[in-house]
Amino acid sequence: MKLLTHNMLTSKFMKGVTQGFPLGIMASEVKEVEVDYNPEFISRMIPKLEWNAVYQAAESVGKLDGLPKEIPANMETDETFLKKAHHVLMEVEVISGNLICPETGRKFPINNGIPNMLLNEEGV
Amino acid sequence: MASGKRPEHLAPPEIFYNENEARKYTSNTRMIEIQLKMTERAVELIALPEDTPCMILDLGCGSGLSGETLTEQGHIWVGVDISKDMLDVAQEREVEGDLLLGDIGQGMSFRPGTFDGAISISALQWLCNADKKSHNPVKRLYTFFSTLYSSLSRGSRAVFQFYPENGEQVELITQQAMKAGFTGGLVIDYPNSTKAKKMFLVLFVGGQQQLPRGLGTVPGERGVPGQVSNTNARQRSKAARGKPLKKSRDWILEKKREKKKARKGDESRFKVHRQKKKRSLLK
Repeated sequence: MKLLTHNMLTSKFMKGVTQGFPLGIMASEVKEVEVDYNPEFISRMIPKLEWNAVYQAAESVGKLDGLPKEIPANMETDETFLKKAHHVLMEVEVISGNLICPETGRKFPINNGIPNMLLNEEGV
Repeated sequence: MASGKRPEHLAPPEIFYNENEARKYTSNTRMIEIQLKMTERAVELIALPEDTPCMILDLGCGSGLSGETLTEQGHIWVGVDISKDMLDVAQEREVEGDLLLGDIGQGMSFRPGTFDGAISISALQWLCNADKKSHNPVKRLYTFFSTLYSSLSRGSRAVFQFYPENGEQVELITQQAMKAGFTGGLVIDYPNSTKAKKMFLVLFVGGQQQLPRGLGTVPGERGVPGQVSNTNARQRSKAARGKPLKKSRDWILEKKREKKKARKGDESRFKVHRQKKKRSLLK
């Protein structure tokens, strides 16, 4: 699971959850991969993201690598920033661990890089 | 594949698409070609902005066949599927998209406006069956569509290639989609060819747009791929031989007469009664 995807996931589909974002991450295995850098895509995605959650996620998996807490002004032309964002969002993958609902504490296990979001019938 | 029976009548998707089936799915070249063609057509129907990498949701992504087409076209995608075995195959094939193990009938759980579009290839019909005692297909369809609606950005589309069992299923699906806020409708490619006919549900977020035209519906347009166009000639020569054409009204009536003769008198009357009753029970 990439941190880009994590930034979009919520547990709101569960009964009684109002926001369900961001999901906590407890990672037992994290991998770094190489992904083609596409500045156009990254600069388009950044305004859609919850940057605080990106920062928090990167921190919890230990891959901050100097990522700024705030998005810099003129982010579209800030190559250094875009490359850092690209790395954190697209090149860091959580292989195993758990995602945690911030309101109920329910765990969604991650195995083989794939989060399991299945609920038993009571949780829906 | 299973002997002519619809897969969703045999088992729930996470059981039908077990490890064996998952591997079969991804090693059958004809299957792969069909899936690729349908994905390309679905992407065409989403009408994404040109030369722009977009964020796409692939519903019922399975082993990643459709996702690979998305990657080829330069998009970033997230796939959801209920079969762990299919997803494992996708992982093995090292698809670029992120995969999620989930049941779309339980609702999509993404932040609002996350996706620029959604596609689904050969998956929607699975939602129409109650695979568990607690399942209510109507509720699941509505939950699916309403949560999908909020996951999509304004002006985006969701395109579903699917195999509806009958007209009622199409109506059920469309109804729930509209109830959830979508506009749009059905696009049918090659409607007159049993082999090539494909159905796409094209849904719009944020106001009705013009529904694209199905392929093979414009007169003079290039014909259905792979079909031989001499059926008219065949019909004419049959009529010349004095026999009624197969499946024509005369042919059906003649068959009925033959069947009646072969049966005993009382029984045939009884059968007619039974058929009459059946017809009135159907809508």
